[in-house]
Amino acid sequence: MSARYSATRTSLRTGAIMLLFTLVFTALMATTWDVTRPAIEASAQEAQRRLIDEVLPPGSYDNDLLADVVRFGPAPQIGMDDGGRVWRARKGGEPVALVVEGAATDGYAGRIALVVAVNTNGLLSGVRVTQHKETPGLGDYIDPKKDRRKDLPWIGQFAVATWKDVNTAEWTVRKDGGTFGYRTGATISARAVVRAAGRSTAFVVERMDALFAAPAGGVLGE
Amino acid sequence: MSPQQFREIAWNGLWKQNTGLAQLLGLCPILAVSTSMVNAVSLGLATILVMALSNLAVSALRNFIPYEIRIPVFILIIAALTTVVDLSFNAFFHDLYLVLGIFIPLIVTNCIVLARVEAYAAKNDPLTSTVDGIMMGIGLVWVLAVLGGMRELLGAGTLFSGIEMILPGASAWNVFGDDYPGFLIAILPPGAFFALGVLIAAFNAINVRLAARARRRPPPAPTRTAEPEEDSAEPAAAS
Repeated sequence: MSARYSATRTSLRTGAIMLLFTLVFTALMATTWDVTRPAIEASAQEAQRRLIDEVLPPGSYDNDLLADVVRFGPAPQIGMDDGGRVWRARKGGEPVALVVEGAATDGYAGRIALVVAVNTNGLLSGVRVTQHKETPGLGDYIDPKKDRRKDLPWIGQFAVATWKDVNTAEWTVRKDGGTFGYRTGATISARAVVRAAGRSTAFVVERMDALFAAPAGGVLGE
Repeated sequence: MSPQQFREIAWNGLWKQNTGLAQLLGLCPILAVSTSMVNAVSLGLATILVMALSNLAVSALRNFIPYEIRIPVFILIIAALTTVVDLSFNAFFHDLYLVLGIFIPLIVTNCIVLARVEAYAAKNDPLTSTVDGIMMGIGLVWVLAVLGGMRELLGAGTLFSGIEMILPGASAWNVFGDDYPGFLIAILPPGAFFALGVLIAAFNAINVRLAARARRRPPPAPTRTAEPEEDSAEPAAAS
């Protein structure tokens, strides 16, 4: 009977090997994270800029939009229970437009995250869906990348909508007596996006002056 | 690795022990992402990479892994390599990552990776293990492509929707025109089970015919038992 193969010794040895493997592979992951972080952050920033370019024409403002940001506190009416961000576009120091984060919570499958750009005259400049889990091939036309109509994507109709022209009751799809189109067979996703876009626009229009007055990087007091 | 051995590994991965049709492992991700052809193939390609890497790593380390704790160590290796692939794609192939990104973390949950590591890589040398991982992955990709294609065609009436994320400028093929009303159940989870059932039935029917054909032939020379398989390897590779 050799003491070398006792239960305690075997457990300790196996435990030590497991620990060694954990250390080596954690080190591998940590190193990769460290090496890739600058590139990942740069692409995230770039993706944010491209997204804002889609809802707001890049030539319409001249400030550093991504840096000119204001946070707002919890706003459940636009689906932002933990608060969100508003980017402010200015030209020659004069306010031009606001880009706000919003979300729809009444979609077909979970939360639909949006960005909505609103000009200072209340005219919508554009809406984009940034995150959703709507059914592929059915409700996902709310994302222009998945929309089958490339020439006239569904989300494009917001570019001509005005907050003043369309009253609150009409901020929904035509099926419900609203102003906005939808695709047959998939009304829920479209309805959720239209309503959320309307609520986000109202949220921004009601707070336009306060949002432009708040210090950059600050929090909107309310 | 001899050509004979390579052929055997390839035949196992692509047809005989196909992960989706014969081993029926990793069904959860298969059913979840096969809503469209591009999604399905994208996940498959990412899985090939992780399977090849984890088979290589486990095979190289197999003599240092105690038998009693092999499963936790395998999981650790697979999870770490998946994280490395995920981060590297995000940093160095960002456009591709935007397409594959959401699927890469799912690969850890795919039990086919662990199954190949445990059944093959833990007992074989690094080169054949890597080839096994790649071939099993390719077998998974073609099944995913067919499954995704069936569901997308029936459900949405298109093929290759989302291809513009991989090949800018390319666009989806509207097979049945813009007025196709859609067939929702093909895209919802039950459709995945129906489509997979049809595929497995076809796979078994083909296998029965292959076996019958092999029986009708004069018995092969004793040293070349793999002959019937060679003939039928071509349609499998072509699909």
